[in-house]
Amino acid sequence: MKNIKFLIVGMLFGIILVKSQVISWFRIQEMFRLQAFHMYGVIGSAIVVGIVSILLIKRFQLKTIHDEPIVIPDKKFHWGNVYGGLIFGLGWAITGACPGPLFAQIGSGFSVIIITLLSAIGGTWVYGLLKEKLPH
Amino acid sequence: MNIIFQPWPWYIAGPLIGLIVPALLLLGNKTFGISSTLRQVCAACIPANISFFNYDWKKESWNLFFVLGVIIGGFIATYFLSVPGQVSINPATAALLKQEGVKDFSGLLPQDVFSFSQLFTLRGFVFMIAGGFLVGFGTRYAGGCTSGHAIMGISSLQWPSLVATCCFMVGGFIMTWFILPYLLQL
Repeated sequence: MKNIKFLIVGMLFGIILVKSQVISWFRIQEMFRLQAFHMYGVIGSAIVVGIVSILLIKRFQLKTIHDEPIVIPDKKFHWGNVYGGLIFGLGWAITGACPGPLFAQIGSGFSVIIITLLSAIGGTWVYGLLKEKLPH
Repeated sequence: MNIIFQPWPWYIAGPLIGLIVPALLLLGNKTFGISSTLRQVCAACIPANISFFNYDWKKESWNLFFVLGVIIGGFIATYFLSVPGQVSINPATAALLKQEGVKDFSGLLPQDVFSFSQLFTLRGFVFMIAGGFLVGFGTRYAGGCTSGHAIMGISSLQWPSLVATCCFMVGGFIMTWFILPYLLQL
């Protein structure tokens, strides 16, 4: 039951993704063609609110609801950030969806996107298989 | 109530998405990120003795609940909080896409590209299967996606996430401007 709260936050995220049309393939096309501000506005303002929230959490040393200190693990740079990032970018412009929107599209009734999601899971699996051989 | 049923502008949606970052931290030290759930599914269903999938995925099962919520949220928003209709994109984008071969502009996704009837065509294979593969492979290789790197990573001022986000955009620009027009003709 302790996971129900994450299900609820996920639901809110799904609702926002659909209502702001972030899950629309057309919106992603507009973004990459630099013909609309919408997606830049969504991602940019999300980052601003995220930055301010984390600064406040640190400033006031807020704890979790279970009274644990909040820890954000550091991300270490590796070349996968670049190579993988480029590969994901290529895929993002084709599918018009990053992983979050894939789930929301399925909920929105685009059941064929289950196939895209399965293929994305396959891609992750192949990465796991080849991880040691890839440059990082 | 009318405002709920209309599409939400970026200055409402963006800040709300940003608030998910502190919400997950405060609810249990969870860092926002979606693509890791794809790894979770691999670890739970097809670990195949690959060391990358050999970890206690159940300890991180919160994110499977999170994405289940995203699916349910997508359903609620579409069937109870929306009026169906076209996405009002920039007419210039629509004109370009028409020129490149997209025909259906009636919903969130063009049905002439993304549908079961297109799945076994070359174009359908590229857009639904190959595209999905690149998303799953690339995000894991990069160590995160738009949520984990662009939003969570940059929000916590981690420069590798900024690098990754710039690479997402570069990959997207290359695809959209130089490759996609040919893929749409398939």
